[in-house]
Amino acid sequence: MRAIADIVMEMSRFFSIRKLRAEAAFKRTLLLTAIAMVVIALGIFATLAIHSIPSMKALGIGFLWGRTWDPVSDTYGGLPFLAGTLITSFLALLISIPFSYAIAIYLGEYKTSGWISGFLKNVVELVAAVPSVIYGFWALVVLVPVVRVIETKVGVPPYGVGIFTASVVLAIMIIPYAASLGRELIRLTPSSLKEGAYSLGATRYEVIRNITLPYTKSGLFAGLLLSLGRALGETMAVTMVIGNSNRLPTNIFAPSNTMASVIANEFTEADRAIYLSALIELGLFLFLVTVVINVIGKAVIKRFIND
Amino acid sequence: MVNGLQLRLWKSRIFEGFTIFLAFLITLPLFAIIYYVVKTGITEINWSFITNIPQPVGESGGGIANALLGSVLIVLVATVISVPIGILCGIYLSENTNSRISYWSRLAVDILQGTPSIVTGIVIYFWIVKPMGGFSALSGSIALAIMMLPIIIRSTEENLKLIPSSLKEAGLALGLPYQKVILRIIVPCGFSGILSGIMLAIARVAGETAPLLFTAFGNPYLSAHLLKPMQSLPLLIFNYATSPYDEWHALAWGASTILLLWVFLLNISTKLITRKWKVQL
Repeated sequence: MRAIADIVMEMSRFFSIRKLRAEAAFKRTLLLTAIAMVVIALGIFATLAIHSIPSMKALGIGFLWGRTWDPVSDTYGGLPFLAGTLITSFLALLISIPFSYAIAIYLGEYKTSGWISGFLKNVVELVAAVPSVIYGFWALVVLVPVVRVIETKVGVPPYGVGIFTASVVLAIMIIPYAASLGRELIRLTPSSLKEGAYSLGATRYEVIRNITLPYTKSGLFAGLLLSLGRALGETMAVTMVIGNSNRLPTNIFAPSNTMASVIANEFTEADRAIYLSALIELGLFLFLVTVVINVIGKAVIKRFIND
Repeated sequence: MVNGLQLRLWKSRIFEGFTIFLAFLITLPLFAIIYYVVKTGITEINWSFITNIPQPVGESGGGIANALLGSVLIVLVATVISVPIGILCGIYLSENTNSRISYWSRLAVDILQGTPSIVTGIVIYFWIVKPMGGFSALSGSIALAIMMLPIIIRSTEENLKLIPSSLKEAGLALGLPYQKVILRIIVPCGFSGILSGIMLAIARVAGETAPLLFTAFGNPYLSAHLLKPMQSLPLLIFNYATSPYDEWHALAWGASTILLLWVFLLNISTKLITRKWKVQL
């Protein structure tokens, strides 16, 4: 009898040990995947940093304001691409603001339910879903001739491709991000605040202007930051319509290049170590800027929702 | 007084009209793109378009079989890589909401989500392409997998957080091991949400070109070898759209139509899933 009891005890201990081991292994696997994300993110930064060291050493900080990019004569200045990126992104943001705010206000305040707002919501989601290479192709064939007509009227060289075209395409592409976030946040406005204003005799416009928008200000700003982050890193559509000129742009219709588009165009043909390294340094800047903008944007949203 | 009120009411009405006008202008580019792409591309699509590979300039009857196969394979491998890792990491984040590692992991996921796709391409070039000595479909898949991870992790985390802890406690009280409670009770309960996250991730990377430029690279011939360069739909569209030949443009329009339909179909079916199971995304 004792022996059997011992065996049972032994077995149950054996199984519980195995059970515990399996649990520990599972928990370790979970932990490992969570750590893997940190490793990947740090690895991206480290890889870019290490491979841009040759260019940092050879070109120094002057890389940032060097105006000429001429791989043939071994001159690498990043300013044309920094300028191209900033101008296209901010112009796109400027164009997109009225539309994304209008969508956010309409869906968050005027029509929060019903088929017509459902339709608009789906349209906005599909605008975000169209692959960027298709935006680029469409812009190349449809938008470029239109811009060419505008350019002839304005009196600048009618390239068709250039900063303005790229900005228009980018604006369309980033509207959904600010719009859908703005809609969510506008809905969070406490109805007691709005009702208070209505009961004092405010019109709908005055409620939106004086209650909803001030209340959601920080959140809407964060939405703009996230849109900007998208615009800065967008590659294909911009590459196809910006005109690929490595000179410093002189006006908003001029052909130019962004950091992302010059990498896309020249990375595989960079034959010298320093050339490749200079391109990677541009990638490093791009990465750092978008990461900072995204992290700030997310932090602002988190604080807004927790308040 | 009455005039002031009238003025304010008119102002309100004009503002509403203006808002509606601006809001619905977004439908214009979307329908313009769908109309133009489908109108130009649909005439290209026939059986030989789907089964042939591109012909040299000047010869007719080319197709996009290599890009279709490549796109499906690359995205499939990316899904196989990213889904298990993404779900496991999502489980960790939903289970350990306040640990320090969760904080850093969440920050890392945010960073990955914000990383420009072209940067992911560069990094994978140095991680996979260079050590392996050449462009390969596998490296493209890994680049796409890194872009899918944040979406899958986020949707898993958010959906598992919504599941009442009483379910988990009941499972543990019955003596089920932790991994069984998670994999057999918690994950199946949040399955629809996780699935829609995965589909959304696939829809997002199916149209990605930039990370494939330096990884999968493209290939004019039909290839199913994961360690060799492979064509994909977005790469083909990019290469042929920027070429000067009309035949190649036509090919690119046909490919665009197929890609657009594919991406929209994925988005719409995700929508239907979320509506049917009332999932929050």
